[in-house]
Amino acid sequence: MKMMVTDIRQQFPILGRIVKGKPLVYFDNAATSQKPQSVIDALSHYYSHYNANIHRGIHTLAEEATHAYEAVRFAVKAFVGAAEVEEIIFTRGTTEGINLVAYTWGRQNIGTGDEIIISGMEHHSNIVPWQIVCEEKNAVLKVIPVKDNGELDLDAYKGLLSTKTKLVSIVHVSNSLGTVNPVKEMIFAAHEVGAKVLVDGAQSAVHLDIDVQDMDCDFFAFSGHKVYGPTGIGALYGKKELLENMPVFQGGGEMIREVTFEKTTYNDLPYKYEAGTPNIADTIALKAALDFIKATGKESIRKHEAELLAYATAQLQAIPGLTIIGQAGNKVSLVSFVIDGVHPQDMGVLLDNMGIAVRTGHHCTQPLMKRFGIPGTIRASFAVYNQKEEIDVLVAGLHKAIKMLT
Amino acid sequence: MNLKSIAEIEKEIVEDFALFDSWEDKYEYIIELGKKLAVLEDEHKIDENKIKGCQSTVWLAASLEDGVVVFKADSDAVIVKGLISMLIKVLSGQTPEEILDAKMNFIAEIGMMTHLAQTRSNGLLSMIKQMKNYALAYKMMKDNKEADHG
Repeated sequence: MKMMVTDIRQQFPILGRIVKGKPLVYFDNAATSQKPQSVIDALSHYYSHYNANIHRGIHTLAEEATHAYEAVRFAVKAFVGAAEVEEIIFTRGTTEGINLVAYTWGRQNIGTGDEIIISGMEHHSNIVPWQIVCEEKNAVLKVIPVKDNGELDLDAYKGLLSTKTKLVSIVHVSNSLGTVNPVKEMIFAAHEVGAKVLVDGAQSAVHLDIDVQDMDCDFFAFSGHKVYGPTGIGALYGKKELLENMPVFQGGGEMIREVTFEKTTYNDLPYKYEAGTPNIADTIALKAALDFIKATGKESIRKHEAELLAYATAQLQAIPGLTIIGQAGNKVSLVSFVIDGVHPQDMGVLLDNMGIAVRTGHHCTQPLMKRFGIPGTIRASFAVYNQKEEIDVLVAGLHKAIKMLT
Repeated sequence: MNLKSIAEIEKEIVEDFALFDSWEDKYEYIIELGKKLAVLEDEHKIDENKIKGCQSTVWLAASLEDGVVVFKADSDAVIVKGLISMLIKVLSGQTPEEILDAKMNFIAEIGMMTHLAQTRSNGLLSMIKQMKNYALAYKMMKDNKEADHG
């Protein structure tokens, strides 16, 4: 059955907004997606009906809240294709997931002279945590080069792998270029030399079918707010045997079994890594977001977004002076581009006056911008609720702004 | 030395903007100001003169000439350059004391408050702060000199 975009749009109240006197065109989905009514309702329903602290309360509200909270863990397990529910750790988002692995597994397993491999298209949140570990442990950070078309140089990657490699931490989908990296193949190669692999799924989780067992990654991190869910909640998947043997991240309530002043013993998975009262409301609302994706169907979403990408690419390429940055064969629905003689920021300001929300700048990937020799790009990123008509509005807006600026 | 006071120049800018009835006219004017901004010599385009903004690069140079502060600036983004041009029009050629007292209300009055938002996307707020920092430094230099002589 063909997905009806108009039906989908009706589920997102914000899409009815008028910005600067014009109907909102929201093309900043790679930064954060909008939320369906069901997510907004789930937040409100939790606070209006069963707000309580979870896990230890014996009253009705605590039981209801605990039940709803733990049900989300099962939903996330299914969403990423994990084998066991204990392998799902709730975090604040992708950044916290990566930091959790860096500060626990990283500190325990990285030593002097060891190597960590990342790629030239990483978001700062998959660069900085590893630089911190490398500095602390006298380890070496190696970077897989990016080719001119925005794909990773896989031959170079294989050349970097050695028995010194302890970890490969790689972005699944580039937030600046849209490139889908062949992570399964890269994970296989890393495992051959005995390295572990973390996949940064911040951009992939919303677009691709995620199957951590098929991929065989050791860790996978994603954010709720980019998959139509609330901000401040995300999840980290880790293979059970790794999570069991890693040291704890933060100390506090929830993560303990028994505390005495002499010695504290820690809780079982996944609670070992979830110190303190968690973000209960946003976690519960995350399930509504995952339910929305499931009900819409990832295959329908993928088809619709592929159409948007093809249409946008053709329309944008026809604009004189416009160059698309990132032309990989396998891309998600995101187009990054530069225009001769136009600073991205100026373009962003003018488009905003036309009610069009795009992102301009370096997209938190400064080394990647340096590699392409540009200060930044203009990025239009699409979601399930976007339509071709909106791309027409963008194209008309670009023509108008170029005329004003040049 | 600017013969007009900061308040007078601000009033003029607000009056100019009152003539525009569309955002297009307003921005075309700002873009034109940006394109016409006096060139900043390469010798001033050094890291120490860079204002920390996330998206565009802004350079600001200042000097004290006959008791007034003279500002020069540049940016790689033309709208930012246009906004800078207005800041220079208002503050350059004024005494350190006047610059420190300037309220800069005209920015809100011409509807450019969004450019002052505390996002990482522009350096206008940091720009004003830096201009005031220069004014403060020159005022302190002057005060110290007067103290030495007194």
